[in-house]
Amino acid sequence: MTTITSMPAQRQPTEPPRQHLVVIGNGMAGVRTIEEILTRGGASLFDITVFGDEPYGNYNRILLSNVLAGIEDEKEIFLNPLDWYRSNGIRLHAGVRVTRIDRYAKAVFAADGTAVGYDKLMIATGSRAFIPPIDGVYQPDGGLTPGVFAFRTLDDCRQMIAAARGHRAAVVIGGGLLGLEAARGLQNHGLDVHLLHAAPTLMNAQLDAEAGQILRRGVEALGITVHTLAMTTAVLGDDAVVGVTLADGTHIPADMVVIAAGIRPNSELGAHAGLDVERAIVVDDQMRAVDDPDIYVVGECAQHRGEVYGLVAPLWEQAIVLADHVTGTNPAATYHGSKIATKLKVAGVDVTSMGLKEPEHADDEIVRFVEPKHGVYKSIVIRDGKLVGATLLGDVRKAAFLIQAFDRGLPLPEARLEMLFDLGTPPEAVGAAELADDTQVCNCNGVTKASLVACVTSGQKTVSGVMATTRAGKGCGSCKTLVAQIVEWAAGGAVERDESADWYVPAIPMDKPTLITALRERELRSVSAVFDALAPGGQEDAGSKMALTSLLRTVWGRDYIDERDARFINDRVHANIQKDGTFSVVPQIAGGVTTPAQLRRIADVADKYNIPMVKITGGQRIDLLGVRKEDLPKVWSDLDMPSGYAYGKSFRTVKTCVGLEFCRYGLGDSTALGIAIEKRFQGLESPAKLKLAVTGCPRNCAEALVKDLGAVAIEGGQWQIYVGGAAGAHVRKGDLLATVDTPEQVITLTGRFLQYYRENAKWLERTYSFVPRLGIDKIRAIVVGDSDGIAADLDARMQQAIDAYTDPWLEGRDPATPGQFQTSLPLVELPKVPMR
Amino acid sequence: MNPTTETTHTSPDGVFHRLGPLSEIPIGEARAYAAAGQQIAVFRLRSGRLQATDASCPHAGGPLADGQTDETIVICPLHSNTFDLATGTSPSGAPPLTCYPIRVSDDGIIEVAVGQY
Ligand code: SRM
Ligand SMILES: Cc1cc2nc3c(=O)[nH]c(=O)nc-3n(C[C@H](O)[C@H](O)[C@H](O)COP(=O)(O)OP(=O)(O)OC[C@H]3O[C@@H](n4cnc5c(N)ncnc54)[C@H](O)[C@@H]3O)c2cc1C
Ligand code: SF4
Ligand code: FES
Repeated sequence: MTTITSMPAQRQPTEPPRQHLVVIGNGMAGVRTIEEILTRGGASLFDITVFGDEPYGNYNRILLSNVLAGIEDEKEIFLNPLDWYRSNGIRLHAGVRVTRIDRYAKAVFAADGTAVGYDKLMIATGSRAFIPPIDGVYQPDGGLTPGVFAFRTLDDCRQMIAAARGHRAAVVIGGGLLGLEAARGLQNHGLDVHLLHAAPTLMNAQLDAEAGQILRRGVEALGITVHTLAMTTAVLGDDAVVGVTLADGTHIPADMVVIAAGIRPNSELGAHAGLDVERAIVVDDQMRAVDDPDIYVVGECAQHRGEVYGLVAPLWEQAIVLADHVTGTNPAATYHGSKIATKLKVAGVDVTSMGLKEPEHADDEIVRFVEPKHGVYKSIVIRDGKLVGATLLGDVRKAAFLIQAFDRGLPLPEARLEMLFDLGTPPEAVGAAELADDTQVCNCNGVTKASLVACVTSGQKTVSGVMATTRAGKGCGSCKTLVAQIVEWAAGGAVERDESADWYVPAIPMDKPTLITALRERELRSVSAVFDALAPGGQEDAGSKMALTSLLRTVWGRDYIDERDARFINDRVHANIQKDGTFSVVPQIAGGVTTPAQLRRIADVADKYNIPMVKITGGQRIDLLGVRKEDLPKVWSDLDMPSGYAYGKSFRTVKTCVGLEFCRYGLGDSTALGIAIEKRFQGLESPAKLKLAVTGCPRNCAEALVKDLGAVAIEGGQWQIYVGGAAGAHVRKGDLLATVDTPEQVITLTGRFLQYYRENAKWLERTYSFVPRLGIDKIRAIVVGDSDGIAADLDARMQQAIDAYTDPWLEGRDPATPGQFQTSLPLVELPKVPMR
Repeated sequence: MNPTTETTHTSPDGVFHRLGPLSEIPIGEARAYAAAGQQIAVFRLRSGRLQATDASCPHAGGPLADGQTDETIVICPLHSNTFDLATGTSPSGAPPLTCYPIRVSDDGIIEVAVGQY
């Protein structure tokens, strides 16, 4: 039996009673509308209950493409974590599906037996994937055949990622935006991907044949096989997919099939409740169902003036009108429909499209530029002097101008070509000042220039503050530069630096130099002492512990008080944690020079402990991967080699080349110098990893120009020292710090530079950021020229740190804590990584 | 593979499984146990409070007992999802963890209630 609760709010006698607003659908449109309602004082008008079929807080569905492609971690895409609902007093039924609306009782009923009465109801149920009637797609029980996937939800995405791991070949059905994104994503997982599209042209809703052909070439260049005019008739395989058959008899083997053949609005709830439903639930200009003034509808499940939208931009406009109306802020608010201009990155190709893709009337003007070889296509359609359509592929630099012209019907330049290219004449740069107020700056979160400006005027004077409040830039991030420009412009030069951006750790309101002074003055030697003394309210913060441990070790060396819980797991067990909870072991092989005896020992250890993979690393040493935690002490003791620190935010390796002794071009003894440097600075903790190299001549076989510090032997017995180089996630050529005459001088300057970096860089700031932030001239003045008179102190403190070194692997003999090497996943069969 | 030998006994509160001595867990850290066929992580917070949750992260199976904690949350060592130790919910948006009632017996043994109780 279900009883209907009407949620009596805790009312103050003087306040008007709050109405109960129930929202069905916890997706992008529903939650965005709630946010708009809350900004209009909605919290004092409504008690809000939300039902969401998906067991999560609201996330940015657009970014699922990136999650699938592995570009973004799924935790990055949440817009409203569960905390948000709690702190706004919203009752969320996550993972609960509403099954019925009773308009006469004014109540909704959910699958778990919950029943809730409403005063106002909002339907925001979005769409689901459309599954075309293909033989073999469904199993007899009505579920999709294992190996067949839709692409709509986070769960879909997770399942696809899991399946991609074990599989070789995938078929994606549908060559629209979603299908292309799915194909790209799966291809990133190393699958062989076939994309099947029923129409002759990819993305035929947005592109004409010629543009579609250019996109196709771009997609094929990625290694995806495209089949157009391909009608899939059957999915083959009983309990696991083995392939698909096309209408022309072609057979394509595959072990997973993704269907991206369009979407269907979730309008059944409305239809059963007797609301007018055509392609979706029909609404009026206030976003109310046409036959019930207490029911609002928003998002992909709404049909307005005959249009059903499938992209986010229109939803933001709908949300504003709905919120204005339901809160009474502007009872005259009306939605007139949206002109859609989309900027997308499809399978790596930039695409902007708006309005018509081709001329429709005899006197429509068309201007077109096609350069297939470089993947560039631009076309515009003009009617009565106004822009009514544009398509840009490959080169989208004119997008901002075209979108404005399309939206507002701006007068167009007589020289039509100026609309496609910058001919030097009218300055195309639509800067912060010229941008119209209602221009949408952040397309992922629907933030306009006006709302950014309003946020600044209401007192937010930092870029990060404005981004946090408005959420601009928190989607794909492509608008961040523009957001910063607008904030600067709006603040009229009075942009404040975000204070917390300078804090060394989030829990303690101090920048690094202030914090170091406080540590020294107050003799704070352990992480818990630091929290007690310096954190507001003495609050501990898990996310700050690792950085504080590193800093305390830098400041106190041997005299630091070790608290094992304040270390990251890698630093508790001196090895790098792997995806299955095992660890990797990289012994020190200084300068990359080893011996037959060492190699034999490594081989014996690998045999004895059944090590699944032995690999030569990119750092010129040998990695033993997949070692069980409980085996670490034995492995270390059998290896009898010091730790290579491949797991820490610390000094790692010095790569060397053969140099003087063997190479016919060698000018300096790079191997000897590399080994000396590695031995001297081994294990040193630092703000971020330190990777060095020494190379015997400017041919640079040890890649010294792209290292945190690199030394290059040059003619005349001299050495050049480069700092701030990188060739990982960022590529940067190092800056020349100094040219010196002897290897000893290289060692001295290396130590002084590293110490200066250790004391002044932010947590996790690699030298490739640190050096350009301070400027090489300043660093050179201090480190080489001793302009600040601190060179001797830096050298002395570096020597202290060196003296404090002990090989952490000796701890294997005498564990630091009980159960230090006890496994943390007691029932799992390890290792899970493949044996080679 | 796991050192823990577990025994169970019934009390007015239900079936508690005896995991091992409290002294096995260093302050501020966690250790993993098996009880009633479940993998349980037991956290000994710096305040002395104990919390018990699933040992494996719902995101991708990370070993939570290897994570870092404060009084409210644990951070998974693999991809840094956070979980509220008292409720199991994830402020970073991962699926929730199950939390288990936990206590220390008079003889200093950690006991956790798993399954039917
Ligand atoms: C083992 C190795 C790959 C290999 O098989 O060769 C490796 C493995 C890892 N690298 Fe690396 N990197 C390895 C050489 C490199 C190199 C090349 C080099 O050292 O010359 C680079 C580019 C140089 C650089 O760092 O500038 C490199 C740039 C990165 C980066 C990007 C850093 C950046 O800011 O650009 C990361 C990510 C990070 O640090 O956040 C990373 C992170 C990682 C981590 C530690 C990821 C992690 O946190 O678990 C990987 C550990 C795997 C494991 O489970 O053990 N690894 N990594 C290499 C070990 C070298 C060694 O002997 O110590
Ligand atoms: C992979 C992918 C990539 C995309 N890329 C882009 C892009 O680049 N640009 C763009 O503009 N758009 C893109 N979109 C489209 C965009 O995500 C949608 O337009 C937007 O999410 C629609 O919002 P909505 O709130 O209407 O629906 P949704 O976000 O789908 O939310 C509806 C929610 O309601 C829930 N629900 C449904 N029925 C019930 C019920 N009976 N009870 C309880 N809950 C229910 C659903 O579970 C869902 O969580 C993309 C979509 C996908 C899937
Ligand atoms: S080893 Fe380096 S490049 Fe390879 S997957 Fe790990 S972090 Fe990425
Ligand atoms: S496994 Fe825990 S965050 Fe990924």
